[in-house]
Amino acid sequence: MQTALILIALAALILGAMAWRIHKQAKLYEVGFGRQLVNTLSSRSFQLTLAGFVIFVGLWYVTVSLLKLPWFNRLPGPVEVVSEWLSPAPVFGISIYTKDYYTHIFYSTYRATAAFLLATLLGIPFGLLMGWNKKFYDYSLPLVELIRPIPPLAWVPLAILVLPGSEPAVIFVTFLVAFFVTTLNTLLGVESIDENYFRAAKCLGASNKDILFDVVVPGALPYIFTGLQISMGASWFSLVAGEMIAAQYGLGFLIWDSYSVIAYPVIFIGMATLGIIGWASSALVRVVGRRLMAWREAELSGSARVEV
Amino acid sequence: MSASNTAPVCRAADGALSIRDVTKIYDPEGVHVVALEHCSLEIAAGEFVAVVGPSGCGKSTLLNIMAGFDYVTHGEILLDGAPLATPDTRPRPGSDRVVVFQHGALFPWKTVLENVTYGPVVQKQLDQAAADQRAREMLARVGLSNIEKSYPGQLSSGMQRRVEIIRALINDPKVLLLDEPFRAMDTVTKSASHEYLLELYNATGKTIFFITHDLEEAIFLADKVAVMTTRPGHIKLAISVDLPRPRNYRMLATQQFLDLKSQLVEAVHEEAVKAFQAGEREMA
Ligand SMILES: Nc1ncnc2c1ncn2[C@@H]1O[C@H](COP(=O)(O)OP(=O)(O)O)[C@@H](O)[C@H]1O
Ligand SMILES: [Mg+2]
Repeated sequence: MQTALILIALAALILGAMAWRIHKQAKLYEVGFGRQLVNTLSSRSFQLTLAGFVIFVGLWYVTVSLLKLPWFNRLPGPVEVVSEWLSPAPVFGISIYTKDYYTHIFYSTYRATAAFLLATLLGIPFGLLMGWNKKFYDYSLPLVELIRPIPPLAWVPLAILVLPGSEPAVIFVTFLVAFFVTTLNTLLGVESIDENYFRAAKCLGASNKDILFDVVVPGALPYIFTGLQISMGASWFSLVAGEMIAAQYGLGFLIWDSYSVIAYPVIFIGMATLGIIGWASSALVRVVGRRLMAWREAELSGSARVEV
Repeated sequence: MSASNTAPVCRAADGALSIRDVTKIYDPEGVHVVALEHCSLEIAAGEFVAVVGPSGCGKSTLLNIMAGFDYVTHGEILLDGAPLATPDTRPRPGSDRVVVFQHGALFPWKTVLENVTYGPVVQKQLDQAAADQRAREMLARVGLSNIEKSYPGQLSSGMQRRVEIIRALINDPKVLLLDEPFRAMDTVTKSASHEYLLELYNATGKTIFFITHDLEEAIFLADKVAVMTTRPGHIKLAISVDLPRPRNYRMLATQQFLDLKSQLVEAVHEEAVKAFQAGEREMA
């Protein structure tokens, strides 16, 4: 009963998201919803997407469950994983019905979000300052270039020594990676701005402060958002590594722990959950970016073009 | 459109430029590129001057110095008798001499209306509502009423350049500096752009400094065409164009126009050959 409800809720969510997207596209191409739905379902890219999923799951099923190939014979097949994931009474204690599952998700999401937000809040101003002020650039670039290549995991012991407890340490190593990505992409964004925009602004009487907010920030925004998407991905990447080493909760911990206690389906559940959350968080950054850069959307969508 | 291309309604009282013996050396301690040498030119208030010359001769350099983007090495430039550029003054761009750039420099992240109102608003000369009002009037005059919410990337190059010229003129500058604004436009767009520019010139009477490599364009638009020598550039000769205003495209076929053109072709060709040979020398 409960399974059915959750499945229905999930299906409703996915269908709702798809419907929303088709509605938006229907508006863009100025056709009816039904027409656009048919167009989408019959579009090559939709069919390829579907085919991709089917092939992936099929390969998994064939190699693991059907043929039981030597290297894969200890792995659970797709049926085992999905039924464990959706089971009200999971064999290994983790499924969508268990509180533990959400505790792990909560901890990981909280850490990744905290690190990402901190990195964004500090990284963007830092990058803008580097691109804006030659002196600051000279001070900071060599340091950044030296510190950046140190892999996040190398920071874990130091972070645990300095910071109180392992929680801030995990967030710190996650933050560090995201921070460098955001800073350097912001810097790149400022450097990518055509000199003529600065000159035009000066001609029109803009002060340095005006130029910062009217030229530097909007001009760098496309690169900043590319950076934020990468930074979001990098946050999850280093978070999971950090959690495997120094945490009591979280999806990284869950995956590693399940490996040590031979709860193999849970490894897959953890990985798939990470995939979904990671994808959703990147999508969120993308949506916010689009909102803030209406001008780029307008430029890219050819239908809005005005002619002489 | 050509009906409204009437005789000048006003001639600016200010905007006289005096370029006196200007020399510009890029990177004097290093590569030492002499871009301009002993370059002099007098431009009267409200005069439309076109500058032609081989590519790389220093046209943009001169314009950038007047715009306040760069230093002069020697000599000076006066605007209405006051020093604008000397070797000792810091270059300072300002809304009394607005540049329209070759590749266009409308802010892609601002709408047409936000672009046009940027100058008056950022200088706090007008509040946003008053600036919007003024911008709409000016846009309407060049047939651009319905695009104020569009972004520059959605416009054709001809429309973009028209908007950029309006963005400059709304500041009521003394001088308009145009660096090959219609380069890389197709013939039709270009000739439409000429009409719009002439109409605005006739209506405002601003001093215009217009760089081009298109001789017909130079004659068709300008009161005076200045020919620059190969680098190091200076003004080799300045020819007055006494075609009556308002100009129209039929003048392109008159004997007077053709005479002016052959005179210019002669002068420019000589420099082009020199530039070509200098190029070969540098390669050898
Ligand atoms: N910032 C610079 N540093 C060094 N050389 C430059 C610089 N800008 C232009 N030049 C050189 O000065 C010469 C004149 O350039 P420019 O004024 O752009 O020519 P034009 O606009 O007539 O084509 C060219 O040889 C160019 O390479
Ligand atoms: Mg040039």
